[in-house]
Amino acid sequence: MSTLNKEQLLLKGLADGDKKAVETIYRENFSVIQSFLLNNNGSIDDARDIFQEAMVVLYEKSNDINFSLNCQIRTYLYSVCRRLWLKKLQHQSKYTTQVESLEEIIPVEDEIEAHEKRDNDFTLMEHAMGKIGEPCKSLLDAFYIQKKSMQDIAANFGYTNADNAKTQKYKCLVRLKKLFFAQYKNA
Amino acid sequence: MDDVLLMETVERYLAGEMSSQELALFEDLRKNNATIDQMVVENIYFFHGIHQHNATKQFKHTLLEVDAMLADEGVIAAPVLNGKAQIINLWKKYQRNVAVAASIAGFISILTSGLMITYTKKNGNQYYSELVERINQTNKEVSKLKSSNPGNAIQKKEVKVDYRATGFLIDGNGYLITNAHVLNKMKNVYVENNKGEYFSASTIYTDNSVDLAILKITDTAYKVITNLPFSVKRSNADLGEQFFTLGFPRNEIVYGEGYVSAKSGSDGDSTAYQLTVSANPGNSGGPVINRNGELIGIITAKDSKADGVVYAAKAKNIYKLLDQLKKEDTKYQHIKAPSGNDLKRLERTQQVKKMEDVVFMVVGSN
Repeated sequence: MSTLNKEQLLLKGLADGDKKAVETIYRENFSVIQSFLLNNNGSIDDARDIFQEAMVVLYEKSNDINFSLNCQIRTYLYSVCRRLWLKKLQHQSKYTTQVESLEEIIPVEDEIEAHEKRDNDFTLMEHAMGKIGEPCKSLLDAFYIQKKSMQDIAANFGYTNADNAKTQKYKCLVRLKKLFFAQYKNA
Repeated sequence: MDDVLLMETVERYLAGEMSSQELALFEDLRKNNATIDQMVVENIYFFHGIHQHNATKQFKHTLLEVDAMLADEGVIAAPVLNGKAQIINLWKKYQRNVAVAASIAGFISILTSGLMITYTKKNGNQYYSELVERINQTNKEVSKLKSSNPGNAIQKKEVKVDYRATGFLIDGNGYLITNAHVLNKMKNVYVENNKGEYFSASTIYTDNSVDLAILKITDTAYKVITNLPFSVKRSNADLGEQFFTLGFPRNEIVYGEGYVSAKSGSDGDSTAYQLTVSANPGNSGGPVINRNGELIGIITAKDSKADGVVYAAKAKNIYKLLDQLKKEDTKYQHIKAPSGNDLKRLERTQQVKKMEDVVFMVVGSN
């Protein structure tokens, strides 16, 4: 299989959240990022954090309908990690002499900006979820994340039937929505 | 249109579940009523947010699983450097650990010199004392008082309480880990959560070799908890690693903190750690959680003759336990050890708050 085809398949798998694809990309790319971080004042744990964030950026991108990657996955991840790390160093106002390896880099500023916006929404939703309390949190989780049926949810949460569970779900959603947008307006 | 109805409609619209007739009506309504249209747009943005949030959350979960797996395999590991750089790097990285280890080493050598004679004479540690609390009359009074609180959602049934220990959820469907010695002593086991609700529970598996057991809450009043906040560490904890623990040496949850002081338990037991922490009867079965929110051990016993010498079963035994259970009984295939990372980077008090929800008091009669 050509490199191009292989990379397309990997990205497709990544978009579906396939564990095998994640593992393959992790195995093939982590060491490059690790040596970049270690050479630039980072630790192994920094490398893991930054690499994972870059994977999320790539994941978001792979889910975009207009998506096309016009470079290798390796180049993309390296560019994103490099940018994320330099940003973090700047944030901690640690100025260091940069050590570059001979990796090719592409501009990724726009992507990182889009990612930061999504990440902000993610955090807001996470906070809102944290505030709705039980049983709402578990109920929404069972429906949206575990994809359980309303019958199962009714049985697990002690509602008399699926319709009651459904009404409760929408009540929870209305509360979640209020909490979500309240933060949005304050921010 | 009320909020609930609108939301339901928008969700069906987004899922493409509307008939063509309904769809036409809906779009008409949006066109002719700007307020409703505005609300619909808001709802669409909200649902988009939920779906993206869920997808990203699941993806991050997968990432962490892969990361943990590769770290265990040794794919993620510090590279070998050569010459001087290696020594400088090692020193930079480990100077704190070295300092802690040195002080622990000093501490242990004082301790062992004092206890040497007793230990070499006996086979096994005679001061190994399990931490289940035998409850006396006063404690019973206290528990009775507490159960008559009007705020309790579920009134405590007439339970005779003779022993008390600790347990914690490893699967939100009501599976708890505690010590085998805890359940060996108890009959009619009940667990109580931090809201004071009691649930009946039964033992589904015990392994005396590592002193761990799995309990299942059988009470129908129990509501499933999804998203346990911690994960179970597969590799060994480091010497000097700091942790906190929660347990029930009293009728109320008690916090404790300490550090891993040896990589083996009593008499060189390699399935356990030695910890330095304060623990008392009732702490048995309590979770030991490190800074990153990983479960590293389960408190089992203490040395009754030495101060703060506590033993804990290693967390990775839980995986072994689950594998054995699944082999014996196929109906438990769905039990999964938690891999949550809600605790990472949180303040300690926030971590404790999240853990309180999953730590239970385990009580029973003799």
